[in-house]
Amino acid sequence: MAKLRVGVVSPEREIWSGEADMVIAKTVEGEIGIMPNHAPVLGILVEGGVLRVKRAGGEGELVAAVHGGFFSVADNEVSVLAEMAELGSEVDVRAVRDALERALASVDADAENMEAALEAKRATARLRAAGEDV
Amino acid sequence: MGAQLRLLRRRIRSVKSTAKITRAQELIASSRIAKAQQRMAEALPYEREITRAVTGVVSNTSSIDHPLTVEKERPASAGVLIVTSDGGFCGGFNANVLREAEALRGLLEERGVRAVPFVVGSKGVGWHRFRSREMAGEWEGFSRRPAYSDAKEIAGMLIESFKAEEGIDEIHIVSTEFVSMLTQNVVVKRVLPLEVVEAEQTEETALLPYFEFEPGAGAVLDSLLPRYVESRIFTALLQSAASEEAARRRAMKAATDNANELIGVFTRQMNQARQAEITQEISEIVGGANALADAAAGKE
Repeated sequence: MAKLRVGVVSPEREIWSGEADMVIAKTVEGEIGIMPNHAPVLGILVEGGVLRVKRAGGEGELVAAVHGGFFSVADNEVSVLAEMAELGSEVDVRAVRDALERALASVDADAENMEAALEAKRATARLRAAGEDV
Repeated sequence: MGAQLRLLRRRIRSVKSTAKITRAQELIASSRIAKAQQRMAEALPYEREITRAVTGVVSNTSSIDHPLTVEKERPASAGVLIVTSDGGFCGGFNANVLREAEALRGLLEERGVRAVPFVVGSKGVGWHRFRSREMAGEWEGFSRRPAYSDAKEIAGMLIESFKAEEGIDEIHIVSTEFVSMLTQNVVVKRVLPLEVVEAEQTEETALLPYFEFEPGAGAVLDSLLPRYVESRIFTALLQSAASEEAARRRAMKAATDNANELIGVFTRQMNQARQAEITQEISEIVGGANALADAAAGKE
């Protein structure tokens, strides 16, 4: 079966690239699963989404937190262009938990605080990517 | 010791310490170029992908009618983003950029377009302040290590004034392109309105797929185009950072070479002065001894 060639890139570096059997991303319209021979798609990713890549060759699943950006699919090539992205294995769980608590506290104090709400969303995604329960 | 000799010794000492400083600056700049080049390389995949995505969208939505791609018939003002450095000691780096920016300004004014400068880097900001030129935006403090958030901030401001009713109608970037360690060119690029070039029928463009959009073509363009502008600006900042270090390395190398040459010249002059002094002393002693001998001979 054909494989997908996947590249996950952020403006400052290339996060991961390789072959995969399936990619699951979260767009503004909901989750979308991409398998080989998918029709060309260009979608907008949500803030604080979790990207799952089922790697080829039994290497297991790659999970990354991606914040904003796009993904495009064409000719079995999937490129995920995230404004910010981080692999689950790179997440510093304790630091992010702290950040999440701080963000939630400022949301509690001021429900209009969009910045903090966004920060909380991102922290949640990063924890999920790291395999933590949130 | 003669006055001339002392003077030369002092100058040699001072030139030597200058040479040490410029040599250190040169080495620092060399190591920074490598880092800056690495950052450029790391940013490349994103830029390539986003350019591909934009080309893809533009080439298969037949009628693009997005505010960022529409060209005004009679542009009245144009924003010029001038990318300079924060630090000096980099030879003609900033002067070249500013000269090119002035040329662009002249060109725009010939067409009856007012140039509105947006300036990155303290050197450029200082240059404009000194001439009491008004700047629509100024950013300082990150020319050596630009982060994506910096590019985002700049792009946000540019796009906002581009979209505003009485805002600017075009956006140009004047920055330095890093070609290699030895070559950096000042380039002028138009960023907005995006030039929607009719794709030439090369093998690559002919194969561009027809995309489906999620959620819709309009919404995708709405968020894709600003990202594209951000990426272009980020690339310009990174290239400029690498070029700045390369220019600094070259300037500092020239300064070190000149200092070493000066030291050589001064050392020769000093040796000459010392030799002259010794010769004079000897001839004085010999003269004195002769005079004494003559006087003694006269008495006998």
